[in-house]
Amino acid sequence: MITQEVCTVVSNRQIADSIYAMVLSGNITDAMDQPGQFVHVKVADGLDPLLRRPISIASINKEDRSFMIVYRKQGKGTSLLAEKQSGMTVDVLGPLGNGFPAAEVKPGQTAILIGGGVGVPPMYELAKQLARNGVKVISVIGFQSEGAVFFEQELARFGAVYVTTADGTYGRKGFVTDILGDLGTTADFVFACGPTPMLRAIENGQYGAKTYLSLEERMGCGIGACFACVCHTKEDPKGFSYKKVCSDGPVFQAGEVVI
Amino acid sequence: MSSLSIRLPGLNLKNPVMPASGCFGFGREFSQLYDLSLLGAIMVKATTPEPRFGNPTPRVAETPGGMLNAIGLQNPGLEKVYHEELPWLEQFDVPIIANIAGSTEDDYVKVAEQLSKAPNVHALELNISCPNVKTGGIAFGTDPEMARTLTKKVKEVSDVPVYVKLSPNVSDIVKIAKAVEDGGADGLTMINTLLGMRIDLMTGQPILANKTGGLSGPSVKPVAIRMIYEVSQYVSIPIIGMGGIQSAEDVIEFFLAGASAAAVGTQNFVDPFVCPKIIDELPELVTRLGADHISELTGRSWKKHERLAYYRP
Repeated sequence: MITQEVCTVVSNRQIADSIYAMVLSGNITDAMDQPGQFVHVKVADGLDPLLRRPISIASINKEDRSFMIVYRKQGKGTSLLAEKQSGMTVDVLGPLGNGFPAAEVKPGQTAILIGGGVGVPPMYELAKQLARNGVKVISVIGFQSEGAVFFEQELARFGAVYVTTADGTYGRKGFVTDILGDLGTTADFVFACGPTPMLRAIENGQYGAKTYLSLEERMGCGIGACFACVCHTKEDPKGFSYKKVCSDGPVFQAGEVVI
Repeated sequence: MSSLSIRLPGLNLKNPVMPASGCFGFGREFSQLYDLSLLGAIMVKATTPEPRFGNPTPRVAETPGGMLNAIGLQNPGLEKVYHEELPWLEQFDVPIIANIAGSTEDDYVKVAEQLSKAPNVHALELNISCPNVKTGGIAFGTDPEMARTLTKKVKEVSDVPVYVKLSPNVSDIVKIAKAVEDGGADGLTMINTLLGMRIDLMTGQPILANKTGGLSGPSVKPVAIRMIYEVSQYVSIPIIGMGGIQSAEDVIEFFLAGASAAAVGTQNFVDPFVCPKIIDELPELVTRLGADHISELTGRSWKKHERLAYYRP
C-alpha cells in the first residue's frame, strides 16, 4: 500500500564521489517488499524544488523499520537532501512501482545483477533477498572512475562481484557488458538498472534466459496519474499502447517496452 | 460540511474542491490513496475522439514554484473513456466533469455528444486551452470568434451544462470569456497553463522534447487570481478557479477573486492527499472569515458593499 509519512533521518553520509546513502526510519518500511521499488521524496518544505524526487530503495530493514536510499548529489533537490542530518525529517511517499520479481528465481538458479552508477543501489536489496533464498548471485557493477565506486563490499557478501570503470582507474576498464561477454555463464535471470544505453546493450546481449530492466525517466507524480513518464510498448512501438515507468515499472521484462 | 455545499449548473456538489483535469488521470491511481467520494467533483483527463500517445519524453521540467508539462493530451480515446473509465468511476458518489478536446470542431462535437450521455458526467469542460498540441486546443481559445462558435456547437449536442476552460495566453481574457458566454457556456474554468520553456545548460537545448510546455503550480496563482477577478466582474456565469492552489487559504483567495468553486492541479503531484486535506480545513476557515457559507465569499474582493471580518489566524 502507498502511504505518505514524515520519516526520520537515521544517517546520511557520503559513500563515493557525489554519492550519498541516507537511512530513514518510519512505519512506511512495513509496506516495502520488492527490491527495485522506489520512494518519492520531498526534499524541501518550500516551493523550490516543488516536485518530489524518485529515489530507488537500496535496502530494507524490517526489524528496525528503516530503509536506505542512495542518490547522486547533482541538482538543487539532491543537494538539499545531502544537507539533511540525522534527527531531521523527510516527507516520503511510497513504496512506489513494481520492482524486480525476486520470488520468481528458484533456489539453486543463477542470477546476474547488473548496476551502472546510481543504478547500483537497488541491486543491494535484490542480492540480499536472492541470496537469502539460495540463489547464486553474480554482481557486475560499472562506474565512471575509482572515486565513484560503491557497494562493492556490500554486494560481495552475497556472491562474486565484478567492477568496471569507464576510465580504467579501478577494476576492469570498460563497461559492464565487457564483463558479461567474458563471464561465459548463461544466467537463469539477469536483473539490470542503469543508464539507458547500458540497458539497451543488456537487452540486445541476451545474457540470461529471462532479463528484467529497471528504467529511469523524469517523473511528475510517481503514482501513474500525470503521464509524464510513459514509454511505448515493443509490440506497438509507434502506436497508442504505453506503459508508465512509475506505476507499471520501473522494472520491465526485456522486450516489454521500447527503451 | 453544509457550509461547503455548492450548486452550479449541472453540479450539486458536497464541497467546492475538485482535482483539475490532467492532474488526476481518471481517478484510478488516487483511489488507492483515499475515497474519491470525498471530492466535490472530479475533472477527468482530456478525451479526444481517437486514442493519443501524446508527446515524446521528457514531458515535464521543474521551475521554482512550478512545473512545465507537455504531455500532449495522451488519452485512451472516446470509446475507452466512455465504456471503461467513466463506468469504473460510477462506484464513487462523485459527479464527473468530462474534459473534451480535439483537433477540429467535429472532434469536440463528437466527444461532447457521447460523453454528455454518460450517467455520471454532470458537466463538460471544453478544453480550448491546451498549449501542448499542434492542432486544436489553444487555437480555439485565443480567438474569440472561434471560441464562441465552438462553444455554441458543443452546447447544441451536449445533454449536460458546458464549462469552457480558458487559456491565460491571451491579451484580453475578458473578451474570450464574454465570447464563450455569448456562445452559451454555462460556466468557465480558469486558468489553464501558461506557455513556458526551460533550457538545459549542458545541452543548450530546451529540456522538454516538445520544447515548450504549460507552466502550472504556485507560481501561476497570481495570474489566475487576477484573471478571475477581472472576468468574474464581466460575466454572469460561474467560474471554477484553478492555478497553483495548494491550501484551503488558496481556495478562499480564489473565491474572493470571484470563483464559485476551485480545482487543484499540480499540488496533487506534490501531496497526493491535498484535496481531502483542503476539504477538511475549509469549514473552519470559512467560519473564521465570518461567513456562514463559502459561497458568500465569491467576489468579495470587488463587491464593495460587504467587508470581510477581520482575519484571525
